[in-house]
Amino acid sequence: MAGRGRIDLVGLFKRFPDGTVAVDGVNLAVEDGSYCCLLGPSGCGKTTILRMIAGHETPTDGEIVIGGENVVGQPPSRRGTAMMFQSYALFPHLTVRDNIAFSLRARGVGKAERYREADRVIEQVQLAALASRLPAQLSGGQQQRVALARAIVTKPRVLLLDEPLSALDEFLRLQMRSELRQMQRQLGITFIHVTHTQLEAVAVADQVVVMDRGRIEQSSSARGIYAEPKSAYVARFMGGQNVLSGAVAEAPGAVLRLGGPRGQHFLLAARERRPARGQTVYFSVRRDRVRLARWARDGAPPDNAVTGSVKAVEYQGTYVKVTLALAMAETAVNGADEFVVYVEEGGYFGDPLGVGDGVVASWEADEARLLAGGPAAGAPH
Amino acid sequence: MLSARVRVALQVLPLALVLLVFFVVPIGFVVAVSFFHYDDFGIVPAFSPENYAAVLSEHLTLDLYLSTLRFAALVWFFTLIIGFWVAYFLVFHVRNQLVAIGLFLVCTVPFWTSNIIRMISWLPLLGKEGLINRGLIGLGVIHRPLEFLLFSDFSVVVSYVHLFTIFMIVPLFNSMSRIDRSLFEAASDAGTSRLQTVLFVVVPLVKSGIVLGSIFVITLVMGDFYVVRVMSGGSRASVVSAMFDDISVLLFPHAAANAVFLIIIVVLMVGLILRAVDVRRELVDQR
Repeated sequence: MAGRGRIDLVGLFKRFPDGTVAVDGVNLAVEDGSYCCLLGPSGCGKTTILRMIAGHETPTDGEIVIGGENVVGQPPSRRGTAMMFQSYALFPHLTVRDNIAFSLRARGVGKAERYREADRVIEQVQLAALASRLPAQLSGGQQQRVALARAIVTKPRVLLLDEPLSALDEFLRLQMRSELRQMQRQLGITFIHVTHTQLEAVAVADQVVVMDRGRIEQSSSARGIYAEPKSAYVARFMGGQNVLSGAVAEAPGAVLRLGGPRGQHFLLAARERRPARGQTVYFSVRRDRVRLARWARDGAPPDNAVTGSVKAVEYQGTYVKVTLALAMAETAVNGADEFVVYVEEGGYFGDPLGVGDGVVASWEADEARLLAGGPAAGAPH
Repeated sequence: MLSARVRVALQVLPLALVLLVFFVVPIGFVVAVSFFHYDDFGIVPAFSPENYAAVLSEHLTLDLYLSTLRFAALVWFFTLIIGFWVAYFLVFHVRNQLVAIGLFLVCTVPFWTSNIIRMISWLPLLGKEGLINRGLIGLGVIHRPLEFLLFSDFSVVVSYVHLFTIFMIVPLFNSMSRIDRSLFEAASDAGTSRLQTVLFVVVPLVKSGIVLGSIFVITLVMGDFYVVRVMSGGSRASVVSAMFDDISVLLFPHAAANAVFLIIIVVLMVGLILRAVDVRRELVDQR
């Protein structure tokens, strides 16, 4: 059946008994067989959405449609979903094999058959040597594989992963990340993966959904989210962008001309929006699309540029992260008064900058992107 | 500086002294007396197996043990069923932890008074003219009072269950509190029914609690002498009440031999229970 793993959330709303609204009217479509990441800071409602899809939480309002059928009110096992829990929730008294065979046992499958099925999945996640161990005797990475195997043994149409990599160390995290992606391709089922790590989301997902305070800020491809953020919140949350603001001086045709605070102008494409004259708008500039040059003069910087002094330099291997303290503090809203530039390593060491050096950071007009809304409160890293 | 050995010895000493004075010495005394000789004129220190021979050859001994074991089995069964569900309710169904702890304390309220009072308070309820009989007659369900309610095996078991269920609740409450709640979601995700979740997940995880509670309840019943006396109206005896009778006519050596024999039986029973479930492993592994 085509589209069995397609998920549509329609007007999904959840208010907890204590009155907090965790999910505030979410509409989302996830294609069958795609890898979708729900991304956001803690408390943004992403886990609540996942738990509602799984059936461990009941929506206050709205529909959850899986494969064309509204599943609200159905028990978890009837939804064709399987969940991988953040803490793995392995049964401590059962061996790896029994943990994996558990849901088959609950369904009344005979011992021989459920062990055969379990062993097939154990093979798939490369745990054959550990099949008769107890969870307490496994490392974190091994426990995670058991949790994955337990979730896929019933051949679900949707796999729900709640922060699956958060308990692992950095090295294992990268390894499991690619294994998850591989597993998803192999199984061809829909994965919904909740995370608060930006790089994790863009690395694995076909579709990234950035959330804030119970609402979806932006949902698009990984590249779309990272390179073309729609709002100041997404730009700031994803990192890799500087968010600046300016008042609209004039809007000749498709190009906006913003007045900078020190007399310079910022030019950017208006796209579909047409802000009025005098309105303050926000725009983003990618950190790795900015040129740095030494700048010793006072006075107004050139157009599409800001000036400041080097505040910090961090070597990152393939690039150098240069943080500027802006001369016009009120311009930047990204992390108070900072402006960050990623300079290609080779270029940087041709003429290395020192802390305190005056610089001008400039960009091409088409690298600036108009953002919706104002700066969101809170400062994600 | 004291050497490490001396320091270890000093740390162990207080508990060792307590155990010596309050455990080893009294038991040793009982064991010694159990070998004494007695006759109509008095007790003579001796080393004679005659008391054991008497205890083991009396038909009464077997009867008493069978009767006490039967009570132990019945009481164990009922306290386990009731204790399990009370603990389950308190831990998993009462959402507010403060309320759960409050209700847990309510379970202990009867223990603020003496066992005697708690036993005697059954009399007006179960008696011939008691609340239950009067009520049932008043409703026309029965015409003559039910005799089996009081001074019977029934009232003995009711009283034991009332007195000892808390000893099952406490260890079960403790083991259940340690169960990770996400296991319930994992189980329901796997499609288990409520009953299956209890059987496949909760019971195996509270095995150590069940064992500890069982040991409490069984040893308490095995060592009881007054509940069985009072609540059966004197028509039933237990192993220990027979010892009490011996002592009241100054047959100390006979009672001592009986006591040593009882200790051996109870130790064997506890050993068997612990053999079935390795409590220490259970407690360590699940952390």
